[in-house]
Amino acid sequence: MAHFKNKKKKELPAISTASLPDIVFMLLFFFMVATVMRDTTLKVENELPYADQVEKLQKKSLIMYIYAGTPSNRYRQTAGSEPRIQLNDKFARVSDVQPYILEEKSKKRPELRRKLITSLKMDDETNMGLVSDVKHELRKVEAYKINYTTKSGEASKNF
Amino acid sequence: MAKRDAPDVNAGSMADIAFLLLIFFLVTTTIETDQGISRNLPPLEEDPPKVERNERNVFQVLISKDDELLVDNERMKLGNLKEAAIYFIDNGGGKGEKACQYCQGKGDPKSSDNPVKAIISIEHDRQTEYGVYIAVQNELVAAFNQLRNREAQRLYGQDYTAMVKTFKGPDLEDGSNAKEELKGKIKQIRKLYPLNLSEAETEKR
Repeated sequence: MAHFKNKKKKELPAISTASLPDIVFMLLFFFMVATVMRDTTLKVENELPYADQVEKLQKKSLIMYIYAGTPSNRYRQTAGSEPRIQLNDKFARVSDVQPYILEEKSKKRPELRRKLITSLKMDDETNMGLVSDVKHELRKVEAYKINYTTKSGEASKNF
Repeated sequence: MAKRDAPDVNAGSMADIAFLLLIFFLVTTTIETDQGISRNLPPLEEDPPKVERNERNVFQVLISKDDELLVDNERMKLGNLKEAAIYFIDNGGGKGEKACQYCQGKGDPKSSDNPVKAIISIEHDRQTEYGVYIAVQNELVAAFNQLRNREAQRLYGQDYTAMVKTFKGPDLEDGSNAKEELKGKIKQIRKLYPLNLSEAETEKR
């Protein structure tokens, strides 16, 4: 084509698209680096409660997650319908919280260990018994910083 | 047949492949950050020290197993909790040494002496719903934020919540003078209205 045109008369040359892959790759790398893939599949219902007096959690690398809620439909047969705790990908008992926290702590550099925050992602309808059991376990391993993770919205929606 | 040169690989479809990958990562990316109510848990002690304190300096919030709110033994709606908490914290009924210079409350002799002494006690049942508990926590934080904002406006001409946001945000460099100064200011405000929350241990049944 270009050959053919050149013979006839000098027109504006077509813009080279050779560098298009480079641009796209650049974008690709940005998103690859920025992506945080959900590393846990939720096995529990996790409808977070609403609150409006919230603070943002900044450093994702310094957060440990504890999920709780009633097992979702697929797992109800095996796990029952009472609220359960989920750590990483597994259902867990209250006694599993301590080793989990200690393991997570040991993965981090010593100077960062004090700054770790435990994010409690508890379902709206979990009973407080379970929540206070988890909190008690956290106090045993000296993981005092916690965050009740919520959605933003008016608190009265929780009723 | 004569030996032919290997033909050039057509790189034209490279962009398509890259686009495909790009779209995949675009879709899976979650840039949202979590948010919530942050708390510091108290250290575990064998037998918690019993502090003798005045009845009127305690604001008791009880959440029953049916998710009803009892404040100082009276039923209350969630919507009124913030106001009641502010009334209690900001009362400043103390005399002499206990007096509160900056309070704007009514000075009710039946309510708290001083925000520094005022304690909010939250009790809940094991059957209480988590959402309700969070709602109560949220209202109490709202009460404190309102009072702290007022003091921050008076002392430094800006909101306390805005100050905390700048402090935690990426704008200020760690260890810089501005950050240290802001930290001092935040501490000062927190000292005026300390978040004295006490949570009773729920008994296992």
